[in-house]
Amino acid sequence: MTHQDTAQQQRADWAEAAVAEHDTGHDAGYPPHAAAGTEHSSREQLVLERIDRARRARPRVREKLITLAHGAGGKASQSLIEAIFLNAFRNPLLEPLEDAATLTAGDTRLAFTTDSYVVSPLFFPGGDIGDLAVNGTVNDLAVSGARPAHLSAGFILEEGFPVEDLRRIVASMAKAAAAAGVSIVTGDTKVVQRGKADGCFITTAGVGLVTDGLTLGVATARPGDAVIVSGPVGDHGITVMLARGELDIDADLVSDTAPVHELVRGLLDAVGPDVRAMRDATRGGVATILNEVAKAAGVAVAIDEDAVPVRAEVRGACELLGIDPLYVACEGRIVAIVDPGAADAAVAALQAHPLGAGATVVGHVAEDPPGLVLLKTGFGGTRIIDLLVGDPLPRIC
Amino acid sequence: MRFVDEYRDAERARALAAKIASLCEPGRRYKFMEVCGGHTHTIYKHGLEDYLPESISLVHGPGCPVCVIPMGRVDDAIALAEQPDVIMTSFGDMMRVPGGRGSFFDSSAAGTDIRMVYSPLDALKIARQNPDKHVIFMAIGMETTAPSTAMTVLRAAAEGIENFSIFCNHVMIVPAIKAILDSPDLRLDGFIGPGHVSTVIGCRPYEFIPAEYGKPIVTAGFEPLDILQSVYMLLEQLAQGRCEVENQYGRVVPWDGNTVALRAVSEVMELRPYFEWRGLGFISHSALQVRERYAAFDAERHFTLPGVRVADPKAC
Repeated sequence: MTHQDTAQQQRADWAEAAVAEHDTGHDAGYPPHAAAGTEHSSREQLVLERIDRARRARPRVREKLITLAHGAGGKASQSLIEAIFLNAFRNPLLEPLEDAATLTAGDTRLAFTTDSYVVSPLFFPGGDIGDLAVNGTVNDLAVSGARPAHLSAGFILEEGFPVEDLRRIVASMAKAAAAAGVSIVTGDTKVVQRGKADGCFITTAGVGLVTDGLTLGVATARPGDAVIVSGPVGDHGITVMLARGELDIDADLVSDTAPVHELVRGLLDAVGPDVRAMRDATRGGVATILNEVAKAAGVAVAIDEDAVPVRAEVRGACELLGIDPLYVACEGRIVAIVDPGAADAAVAALQAHPLGAGATVVGHVAEDPPGLVLLKTGFGGTRIIDLLVGDPLPRIC
Repeated sequence: MRFVDEYRDAERARALAAKIASLCEPGRRYKFMEVCGGHTHTIYKHGLEDYLPESISLVHGPGCPVCVIPMGRVDDAIALAEQPDVIMTSFGDMMRVPGGRGSFFDSSAAGTDIRMVYSPLDALKIARQNPDKHVIFMAIGMETTAPSTAMTVLRAAAEGIENFSIFCNHVMIVPAIKAILDSPDLRLDGFIGPGHVSTVIGCRPYEFIPAEYGKPIVTAGFEPLDILQSVYMLLEQLAQGRCEVENQYGRVVPWDGNTVALRAVSEVMELRPYFEWRGLGFISHSALQVRERYAAFDAERHFTLPGVRVADPKAC
């Protein structure tokens, strides 16, 4: 079995745990919902054994119907991807499940990726579905080490959608494409009956050139590596949540949607060979990426809660809602895994770009326990940062 | 962040931890039950057990209103959501709780209209916006959330809203604590008492715990230092041979509770003869139902419920 196979196996096994968690009906951010009367002292071994057992099982989707959790980027999404999509499409390029596939055409290495955008509301402080659709795909290419070049854009429009809104969205796509130095070279439009879509859905795909000869991938993380985030986390997710207007919370927040290609370029130019992997922290947030690192590389990731930059507004909203900013989406932040010797230079390179002004080391890769992300809490304790089943849910309890 | 960071101060935690360790009798083991799910959450979220000596173990209590809803009630709620022209509304953390036939999320995937709300008033707002639909609020929670449900019913009545009702699953913590105290194999040294429940009912309802069962209880807040301090206060009572109700959460909990809130609850709701708790079984007089005079706002009277009891899964 190759290293990649091993990594894949670990990933696949993980999905079973998602289903098991789902069946018990509780989210897995922390395990606060244990049955009444159970002790939580000296149970660590039991818990670790249970996690291990869950991971040894094969991924399966037991649900009869797709639920929102399948699209949330957590465990349910992973089991769907692995048990249904990967199972059917399996090939060596897809198998690493990175943000973009790396292809070879003649002597040229290309990165190729696609993403769909269904954000609601379509317009929110700091951006809209249009710049999100461009930046998201540009960022998937950039963090794969590619120079983003060309994009496609597919639109699914709902009957009755205002043309003026479409103009706004398209103008903002054009602006974002210009800012990212990419051109939108092909596209498609479909219109569906009223009620069959939510105004406007966009799918973009993108290709970029990989010129550095680097092999990036979360499976290459090694014990000792530094974990860096490029700025405050959770701005986008909280901004959109508040923009839906359901919470009656006002905050001076804007989405962090931005193209990170220049930020990434600066990092690669400075310490390219020492960068093991980069990811943009979208759905599922930083916590989900770190879990992917831990599982793919068979390492532990140790994070210092106090070191993770979070804006006071985001923290406040998260406190009120009972969710953890580590799971909240960003649209212009990257997580980079870097050789420890290059950590300072990497942070300096990121900080040299306005988008990376808040870049900082938030933790490191460790050997043990493999596959787990551990958080040293600001209070001074330790907890496991697991994957969520679906979206973070506001709590009353 | 003010009112948060000062209760999460690692330096104070270390100092408290040292005091806790010094109060533990060598060779003695202590078991305290944290009653609330919110406490359990805090304990895990902040890794609080790292501060406690090996000899102290914390035991989860019954105070998570989401977790104690039995499978049959979730099935009943889904049956309500399946009625024509019904919009079911629920707090977020109820959405994934499974009944015998799946969760709200599963039901929503199958075509029902189930919406997440942040307050019962949001559900009432949905009722105003959808006069041709009947909007049901899945009312869950202990004494903490019962007043907001009651206030919402009162508001709906005052406004004459006819397309709104609640599916009342409010439960009460004191009967559950009593059920635990009555269990024959119980070995607890004390309780970290409910915090937000006590903002409503105050601390007096716990007086039977030391008086009749000889166990100390400290009403505790939900920040990690609150819980550490409560453990310290429990140990101090044990060390000094005291056994009392004490209030650690004095910044929020008045000793006599919130009479306005209690009055609203008792106006709208009355005790149920019995109610099933997931993991604990049937407990008499442990839950609330809508009073006859507010029958118009009671989903259980509006609709026929399957009311089928489903055995707890083994994990409960």
